[in-house]
Amino acid sequence: MRNRYNEKHTERNIVNSCADPHASLASENAALDLYSTQYLARRILICSLVLVFIALLSFMLGRYFAWPPEVWQAVKEHITDFVAHLQNPDAISVISDLKLDAALFNIRLPRIIVVLLVGMALSVAGASYQGMFKNPLVSPDLLGASAGASFGACLAMLLNLEIIWIQLFAFAGGMAAVFFVMLINKAVRADAILGLILGGILVGTLFSSGTSIIKLVADADDKLPAITFWLMGSFASITVKDMLMVLPAMVLGFILLLAQRWNLNVLSFGEEEARSLGINTNATRTIVIFAATLLTACSVAVAGIIGWIGLVVPHLTRAIVGPNYKVLLPTTMLVGAGFLLIVDNVSRLLFSVEIPIGLLTSILGVPFFVFIYRKNMKGW
Amino acid sequence: MLQIENMVTGYGKKQVVNGIDFEVKPGEFVCIIGANGCGKTTALKGILGFLPLTSGAVRMNGNDTSRLSNKQRARLFAYIPQLHIPPFPFKVADVVLLGRTPHLTSTVADVTKRDKVVAYEAMKQLSILHLAEREYTELSGGQQQLVLIARALAQEPDLLVMDEPTASLDFGNQQLVLTRLHVLSRAGMAVLMVTHDPDHALFCADRVIVMDGGRIILEGSPSDTITSEIMQRIYSTNVCVANVQLDDGQTRRTCIPLMTTREAPATEYAQTASAVLLGMKGNPS
Repeated sequence: MRNRYNEKHTERNIVNSCADPHASLASENAALDLYSTQYLARRILICSLVLVFIALLSFMLGRYFAWPPEVWQAVKEHITDFVAHLQNPDAISVISDLKLDAALFNIRLPRIIVVLLVGMALSVAGASYQGMFKNPLVSPDLLGASAGASFGACLAMLLNLEIIWIQLFAFAGGMAAVFFVMLINKAVRADAILGLILGGILVGTLFSSGTSIIKLVADADDKLPAITFWLMGSFASITVKDMLMVLPAMVLGFILLLAQRWNLNVLSFGEEEARSLGINTNATRTIVIFAATLLTACSVAVAGIIGWIGLVVPHLTRAIVGPNYKVLLPTTMLVGAGFLLIVDNVSRLLFSVEIPIGLLTSILGVPFFVFIYRKNMKGW
Repeated sequence: MLQIENMVTGYGKKQVVNGIDFEVKPGEFVCIIGANGCGKTTALKGILGFLPLTSGAVRMNGNDTSRLSNKQRARLFAYIPQLHIPPFPFKVADVVLLGRTPHLTSTVADVTKRDKVVAYEAMKQLSILHLAEREYTELSGGQQQLVLIARALAQEPDLLVMDEPTASLDFGNQQLVLTRLHVLSRAGMAVLMVTHDPDHALFCADRVIVMDGGRIILEGSPSDTITSEIMQRIYSTNVCVANVQLDDGQTRRTCIPLMTTREAPATEYAQTASAVLLGMKGNPS
């Protein structure tokens, strides 16, 4: 073994690292400065404030319009009433405006919460898939989760099952579709990414055909319109029960994906690089696929097909906070929730009849996407 | 430090590397050269654990690396791939920080102050601090490759493993990357590099491994291994390896591809050319 240190170099190393404490302190400060995320924190704070504002606005708006003081009054009364009833179930209600109370707490509140959840779910799943598949044009239904969930829901409707079963069938269909994709990926033994995409195309086609067959045999007078309307996506009939049903699964999905956000950065550089950086790529991929499918299937189960959110919102968020998944993933949830809430407000307020939100996200999503793409042309 | 013992590996049932033995000592710069398809990249993949070994062993400091997890392996080897463009415009500083991945206690937890300092020092060592705030995707190919080398240094590995790091770079950028690598190697970093260009091996290697048909056919110092005969044999083309005297009086060895002519047999032609080149910048007296 030769000694390869030449004198000059050794000298420099000493100056840099150990002999001079001021020099090393200076470079430490410079390093911390370089990795400071204060400007990002400010942007995230603004996103959060905007989201809160939109949520409060959505609370006021509706056929039964309420000014903030009235909303505040109703909230106070509702809480007082709730506490009073906890102590004494026979207490006399203190709620002065029963219609407003019902509109706010039975209709608007669960709807707003589910819209927020679905917006978060679709955007965070889309952003994760875009990193994992190293492709900015991927959306959360890439692996057939939406197609499978649609098929499940339509099947339940064809069988005249109750709403809870429609949701469970949708959820099961979405999970099953992605499970088939994983099996195909194993069977073709191609490159992991290629096999998954191929499987997604195959399974997606299969389940879409299944949905078409169901439409073909469905009763054209009542079932077919119901199926068609459901497929267009809507939050119109959300209840507290729906909200409680999807909440735990979605929270699980959020936690799993947020825990993978560093690994997603690494995975977006490709399989071999990720492995050489010490990532267990198979485990990471499985977790991401499971969580994203859980979120997508829950969304479709509770609200039908809502396209474009999972594709557009991650790009919008990259334009705000950059591509680093550590920041991107939580922020995309905020932006996705706000974006979908705005679209939902438009869908319920624009006309006297609600526009299916799935249609609206597509109609708004396409021009919006072109706009961001032009602004962000050099990359995402 | 790194010991390869009778390594056999390949893709599925197809064996591409048929039993190779070599070692890399601490601080050494080793180049593997050979024609396309000779198994040099496959050998790297076997060493890095991307491909399972059919037989043989890869030992690092005496330990069998096949028993290590990806994370443990990533603290020993840092891999620098051929240049490719990631889909998202990450900040250079963030790309380098990813090199700390194998040292994080948990990927959920935030990086520590030390991780940031190590990444910063890695960029400083490669003189790319001025690029730290730029977007990786908008850099030149040579700069991007330097960023990946900085990321590899941030891994604090024992060995840098590179698969044609200068492929698809232009002449100036190739030189930029090789020069920085040479400096790193002089500072004590061990490097194992696969290259398609014997001139690169002449430029920075301490030792050269010549592969052909999945085996090592020759191993030794650059001047012993990169000769006209060997180059003609492995690349099946007419090559002259010549010593050229530069204006400042230094002599440099280089490979010169020649036109294949029927009249002059390859070796004879090469010798003539070699003599001519040496005389070209000869002493004025």
